[in-house]
Amino acid sequence: MNWIHLALKSLWNRRVTALLTLLMVSVSVCLLLSVDRVRTDTRSSFGNTLSGTDLLIGSRTGSLNLLLYSVFRIGNATNNISWQSYQELKNHKDVKWTIPISLGDSHKGYRVVGTNESYLQHYQYGRQHGLKLQQGVWFADVFEVVLGAEVARQLNYQLGDAVVIAHGTGSTSFEQHDDRPFKVVGILAPTGTPVDKSLHIPLEGITVLHVDWQSGVKRQGKTTSVDDTLSLDLTPDSITAFLVGMNSRLKAFGFQRQVNEFRKEPLMAVIPGAALQELWQLIGIAENALMAVSVMVIVTGLIGMVTVIISSLNERRREIAIFRALGAKRNTLLGLLMVESGFYGLAGLVTGYGLHVLLMGIANSHVQNRYGIELTIGWPNESMMVILSSFLVTTVILGLLPGYRAYRQSLSDGLSANV
Amino acid sequence: MQNMASDDALKVRDLRFSWDTQTADILNIKNLDIPMGRSLFIHGPSGSGKSTLLNLLSGVLSVQHGSIQLLGKEFSSLRAAKRDKLRADHIGYIFQQFNLLPYLSVLDNVTLPTKISTQRRQGKARHARALTEEAEHWLAQLQVPRSVFSQPVSRLSVGQQQRVAAARALIGSPEIIIADEPTSALDQQNIDNFMTVLTQQCRSIGSSLLFVSHDMQLAGFFDATYDLHPSTPGEQE
Ligand SMILES: Nc1ncnc2c1ncn2[C@@H]1O[C@H](COP(=O)(O)OP(=O)(O)O)[C@@H](O)[C@H]1O
Ligand SMILES: [Mg+2]
Repeated sequence: MNWIHLALKSLWNRRVTALLTLLMVSVSVCLLLSVDRVRTDTRSSFGNTLSGTDLLIGSRTGSLNLLLYSVFRIGNATNNISWQSYQELKNHKDVKWTIPISLGDSHKGYRVVGTNESYLQHYQYGRQHGLKLQQGVWFADVFEVVLGAEVARQLNYQLGDAVVIAHGTGSTSFEQHDDRPFKVVGILAPTGTPVDKSLHIPLEGITVLHVDWQSGVKRQGKTTSVDDTLSLDLTPDSITAFLVGMNSRLKAFGFQRQVNEFRKEPLMAVIPGAALQELWQLIGIAENALMAVSVMVIVTGLIGMVTVIISSLNERRREIAIFRALGAKRNTLLGLLMVESGFYGLAGLVTGYGLHVLLMGIANSHVQNRYGIELTIGWPNESMMVILSSFLVTTVILGLLPGYRAYRQSLSDGLSANV
Repeated sequence: MQNMASDDALKVRDLRFSWDTQTADILNIKNLDIPMGRSLFIHGPSGSGKSTLLNLLSGVLSVQHGSIQLLGKEFSSLRAAKRDKLRADHIGYIFQQFNLLPYLSVLDNVTLPTKISTQRRQGKARHARALTEEAEHWLAQLQVPRSVFSQPVSRLSVGQQQRVAAARALIGSPEIIIADEPTSALDQQNIDNFMTVLTQQCRSIGSSLLFVSHDMQLAGFFDATYDLHPSTPGEQE
């Protein structure tokens, strides 16, 4: 049994206080780790959602807004793009491909995206990953739907199932287009992006949904049968936005200018990376505030730990006098208390990490569903490792404070303190 | 007391000490020698500086004036850490009470000095004997019943606790045993018993015993007595 062993036994002897102190330290570590993890996960989730697209085009609004509704399915478009304008821009000589997107409907809280096969061909996420069908085929007919992986999993849909699409984007849409169910013909492989949470139907399908509907309200007494509907011209009047791939990335700037100056209607073209940058800046403020709070919590935890150790010294005068009688030097006392505070640091890191993993695990499905951000579990990154090791070193060094105090106290108590 | 350096366990010369420089010295000792293997009773009323003296002799407090020699070597002028080391190696210490760490068993409390000092682990009175065996030996010598060896120290009576403390002081056979009023919490029967076994055992391993108390009745157990007066003659009444 050496001094370290003694220090730990002594700590065990005070285990209730020690446990509470440890809890305080681990909660602060857990908070720091979790805030950092949520931060990086948010970034990578947003950053991985779209790649390979050179421009996003929608009606004139904030560029961040355009990015949010067209790619992240957050918020709503204020205006649409007319089909004519879309056709005109789509046929520009520098444009290689476009993905039209028509939003505004939902199914059980999941967004419905009206689009065409170009979505399957050209949409890319992460490091140039294309979309893949896990089951079935892409839609070829008006009343067919292709589900994102999560929609299929959560709602337990199989190929061939009928899906009723609701008007509007609320999660319990009161007005359902129940007269026209869609048939599931394909299910996409998971991507970890909002694509997983979307239902994809043809643009014509969107048009069909809105026959007999005017400004969101079903017209009284008028019902057009499915067959009649199909005989109508289903070319859409407008779309919400479209994604553009250029023949050459260099042409993107020129084309962007042309779109922004488009005469027939107010449109805007945004380079996704630039809009994302704007998003980072916005998020950065919140991130920094959160990080500042967690650093303060860490500091509070450390102060609390030192306070607990120092206030324990008074009850430990006997113990310290015994140590001194046995030959404990000043450095021995310093070491004993550094072992104690270092123990809080190390155990706090381990249990804090455990708490953090637990928290991420519990929060993951909720956050995934609500915000589409996948919380990952893993070792802290390099800069976090640096922070954590300095935290550990700090806890050890902080043991010097009570250590010196204990030594000074032992000098005045001597070997005969009768406390 | 003759002053053949190597024969003295402790040798005090012209020692003066005050707790704060404004006030008069509470200790003023011209000459005090404790020969090897002998026992000395230091008597003085409460507040006369007995504990202060023991703290100086064991090297916890630094000497302000005069000198102390330990086992023939200059002690008082050494650095604090050196004195702490010499204390661990050569001095067994018994307090007035609360000698034991509550979170260790009786046996672990006794073997503690041997875990800290190699010298006491290799004490001269024991050779190949296992540590617990030696601890049990000392506990037996001090009449601590075997049944309490593995009990938590809080279950022990005060008399038993003091005898366990004595066993801890004796383990590894240090040259000097220092006791600071170890009997003041004991009843008369326990005192006699404790004094008998303590002095006997110190003698058996040839250790010097330095024992302070206000109780003059104990003087009979010792080879010599030294009187510590409340203050230097002439300075205070
Ligand atoms: N740590 C200390 N600081 C200041 N004065 C002290 C301290 N310890 C003891 N004293 C004073 O020194 C004197 C002697 O105390 P002490 O050595 O404990 O006497 P004794 O052990 O004989 O009762 C007392 O007057 C006491 O108040
Ligand atoms: Mg005293």
